Amino acid sequence: MTGRCGPVAVDIGLDFEGEEIEVSTFQEERERERHRAKRSDSDRERRKRGNGRRKRASRAEEGKGESQARHDRREKGRRKRTRRDQDDKGRKRDEEVQAKIKSGKSAKTRKHIKYEKKRKMEEKLEVEEGEGEERHAKRKRKHGSANKEERDEDGRKRTVKEKAQGVKRKKHKKVVETSSEPSEEEDNDEEDNEEVEVRPESLSSEELEKLKEAVDERKKLIQVLRGKPWPMKKKCVTLWESQEFVEKYEGALGKGKGRKLYAYKVMMTKKWMKFQRDFENFKTACIPWEMKIKEIESHFGSSVASYFIFLRWMYGINMILFCLTFGLVMVPEALMGRPYGTIPRKTVPRAEATSAMDFAVLWDFGGYAQYSVLFYGYYNNQRAIGWLKFRMPLSYFLVGVGTVAYSYMVVIRTMARNANESGVGDDNSFNFNWKMFTSWDYLIGNPETADNKFASITTSFKEAILEEQESRKDDNIHLTRFLRVLANFLVLCCLAGSGYLIYFVVRRSQKFALDGLENHSWWERNEVNMVMSLLGMFCPMLFDVISALENYHPRVALQWQLGRIFALFLGNLYTFIIALMDEINLKREEEKIIKFNITTWEASLYNGTVSENSTAPPVTIQPADVPRGPCWETMVGQEFVRLIISDTMTTYITLLIGDFLRAVLVRFLNYCWCWDLEAGFPSYSEFDVSGNVLGLIFNQGMIWMGAFYAPCLPALNILRLHVSMYLQCWAVMCCNVPQERVFKASGSNNFYMAMLLVILFLSTLPAIYTIVTIPPSFDCGPFSGKQHMFDVIQETLELDFPAWFGKVFSYASNPGLVLPFILLMVLAIYYLQSTSKSYKEANVELKKKLQTQNEENKKKNKLAALKAQMDQEEARKASS
Amino acid sequence: MGTTASQLGKDLLSEYQELTFLTKQEILLAHKRFTELLTKDEKDLPNTRVPVERILTLPELKSNPFRKRICHVFSTSEYKDGSLTFEDFLDLLSAFSDSATMEIKSHYAFRIFDFDDDGTLDCGDLEKLVNCLTGETDDTRLTTEEMRQLISNILEESDIDKDGTVNLSEFQHVISRSPDFVSSFKIVL
Repeated sequence: MTGRCGPVAVDIGLDFEGEEIEVSTFQEERERERHRAKRSDSDRERRKRGNGRRKRASRAEEGKGESQARHDRREKGRRKRTRRDQDDKGRKRDEEVQAKIKSGKSAKTRKHIKYEKKRKMEEKLEVEEGEGEERHAKRKRKHGSANKEERDEDGRKRTVKEKAQGVKRKKHKKVVETSSEPSEEEDNDEEDNEEVEVRPESLSSEELEKLKEAVDERKKLIQVLRGKPWPMKKKCVTLWESQEFVEKYEGALGKGKGRKLYAYKVMMTKKWMKFQRDFENFKTACIPWEMKIKEIESHFGSSVASYFIFLRWMYGINMILFCLTFGLVMVPEALMGRPYGTIPRKTVPRAEATSAMDFAVLWDFGGYAQYSVLFYGYYNNQRAIGWLKFRMPLSYFLVGVGTVAYSYMVVIRTMARNANESGVGDDNSFNFNWKMFTSWDYLIGNPETADNKFASITTSFKEAILEEQESRKDDNIHLTRFLRVLANFLVLCCLAGSGYLIYFVVRRSQKFALDGLENHSWWERNEVNMVMSLLGMFCPMLFDVISALENYHPRVALQWQLGRIFALFLGNLYTFIIALMDEINLKREEEKIIKFNITTWEASLYNGTVSENSTAPPVTIQPADVPRGPCWETMVGQEFVRLIISDTMTTYITLLIGDFLRAVLVRFLNYCWCWDLEAGFPSYSEFDVSGNVLGLIFNQGMIWMGAFYAPCLPALNILRLHVSMYLQCWAVMCCNVPQERVFKASGSNNFYMAMLLVILFLSTLPAIYTIVTIPPSFDCGPFSGKQHMFDVIQETLELDFPAWFGKVFSYASNPGLVLPFILLMVLAIYYLQSTSKSYKEANVELKKKLQTQNEENKKKNKLAALKAQMDQEEARKASS
Repeated sequence: MGTTASQLGKDLLSEYQELTFLTKQEILLAHKRFTELLTKDEKDLPNTRVPVERILTLPELKSNPFRKRICHVFSTSEYKDGSLTFEDFLDLLSAFSDSATMEIKSHYAFRIFDFDDDGTLDCGDLEKLVNCLTGETDDTRLTTEEMRQLISNILEESDIDKDGTVNLSEFQHVISRSPDFVSSFKIVL
């Protein structure tokens, strides 16, 4: 809402501000006048000082003329001079500046206070009585020296400008007289307080209030100053004036004993502001890859840069996830848990021991990698580990939940913020204007991109004109409809085909796995991942071809394309998961058999040695020899890790071959080829923003899905993102050409976010399903031996918390309480939604009202102007 | 206003931070880039104006179709020659920075588009604007018929008071609802 009527309101606001300043300064001056009348002592002294000031001021005038040429000056002197220049020039200017000048007048002599500033601070702090006289003297002395300095400098380069001087001096005199008051007043005020109310009438509370308002006004002005479209000089002058005004009067505001505190407070706020600014600077300096992204931004425009910003954002999220899993799960287990080789789940079984260190095995995350903190199965179900009594299973569970919860929070928050920013621009009433006024991307600093941009703007203009013309008559709608239906049918076929292919491959791989992986070739072992990666690579190209049939507007076409790729990836992922579920069930069958076998095995082991009631002599079996279950959780984790690795590899390899090699070939074969390679068929590749964003999103989805079973996934992902940041930055800069159709980034930002949210939801769904429904393996992982994974919460409540807490918890989780609560939430959502809807409607109404009012105002103004003109003419006629 | 043109004073720097939307690093970078544009003997002078030709050699501005207008708008030179001092340059960067407000951006955008500096965007301004946006080459130019159509469409949408021109408040009204403006009205060094 504010966005909509923003400009108008702000205009008014600005005007108002100016007026207010004028008024307030007016008041101040009046006040000062009054004070002057009231007080008669210390007049002599003031006059003396006034004289000094006058002289100096006039001299400053003289110096002004050639101030530009001087460069051996001290900083302060120069600044002051420009300020004076500005003031004098400003006096001749229009009324807006008048307001400034009014304040300027009081500030005019405040330049002296620069010198006094430090001293005043000291004075304020040293509250020693009876020193008033001495201080005055001191000040005079310092003044004198300051004067001398100035005089020397000015005198050196003085040019005589007699004429102007006379007039100006008069002006200055008045100014000096009025404005030398307050400082004096302040001093007196100080004395008042010290000398126990000699002149209690010097500042009434009302006046203090006014003064305070004025000071606040100035403070506000300082804050909004940067948002004003003024040249720097004017801003500088205003800043200095306001700052000095504030500095000067702030001291007068505190009363009696509060003064010291007040001065302290003011000082602290200043320090605090400075600290904040420094901190802000520090923060921007800490943003990684800022320069890289800006460089890309200036070459390729904001849409390509938006991908990298998205990548960086993703990196940040993964960093948090990594910290969670690494700090709360992996490190405690590695440091405080039982070391490797002490129990069966932490040892490589005897059968695999020989090949456990082979690179091929490690690359598949088998062998030693499988029996390490990287995977679920390694963790022990010991309730508390180490001297810290760290609750490992609980921590594992909570981290799993926490990563998901955190991701949801971040994504939704970002979406809400984006919606706030771009929510205003969803109507189409200013189509042409936006094309006209906002289509140029000022970041473009590359001539090639600029040419593309010119072309795309021209096309968009032409298209818009055509659309406008053709919006009424539409040609052969049946053909387009038919083609679109056909295209969608083809796409559906593709999707179904790819889904089936993946399912088929996964089932086949299970067969291979049952046979034992060693008997098969590399391709057969990595079939699933390769097929998924290849599908992800080629299907989008197919969709691109198909979408040519549809004849959509490019923006719409892009969204369709994104939607289809999304569906493809999602379909692939879900077939993968379904196949995985099958495998989990198989493993659980296997587990049952093994469990039975183990009991018999144990019985046979103990049978020989254990007699009735003697304590069992320790049977020493190597942990590597103990038979164990298949541990489906680790299997799931491994699958996801392999998927991520192969996905990363395909991305990098396509990048190297598709972009780099192609660019090299095009570049160097172009000299000896029969057609122009650079302009013709292969040409250089474009940076595919949407495809890359989608890849990133799906990668993240896999991380969310698998992170519970393989705590190493966030770490792997960080590595991947880090490398791809550099690799892609390099690839973009060295072998891509800017897109032909340069799209705006901001429009699709929330689209990507929405996809991310959907993926997050869809990827947490299977993870949560497995956690809740499938009982954990009996001999591996932190939850082994429990009926469900979430039983760990129950256990903690019972054992670590007082009894009443468990009771309260059980009451709170009672369906009788939960159901009404959910109902309440639904109601709240409904209520909020309906209010937001009504707000939107009100917004539209207001907008309409604003428009009509604008029109009316204009009409009125025109009429008034016309009338005035008529009157004038009549008057002229009458007079003649 | 730099003292020796190679170093910015500390309090000056903090003032610039106060008065612009730039961070300290950005100001220092701007200063570095600006001094690179100066010739040897100009470096010793304060308040040097860099002529527009040299400003336009900056790669950030080189391919911008509005480069001359931008210099012109931000120049405080009395001769209207588009030359910039360092402070003008900072003003420019501040208005085009990431954190500048919509108000200030749209204000300067209006002045950039207002080719004849008369305070409104009339048909002539809009025509020049379209020509800027479609580039210099003839094959991308619009025909007069298209141009007429385009301009009439634009005025139809945004000219609320129907006086045949777009004024500042109308312009800001349109711009404030555009989703892309703030993100694209940016120049970074």
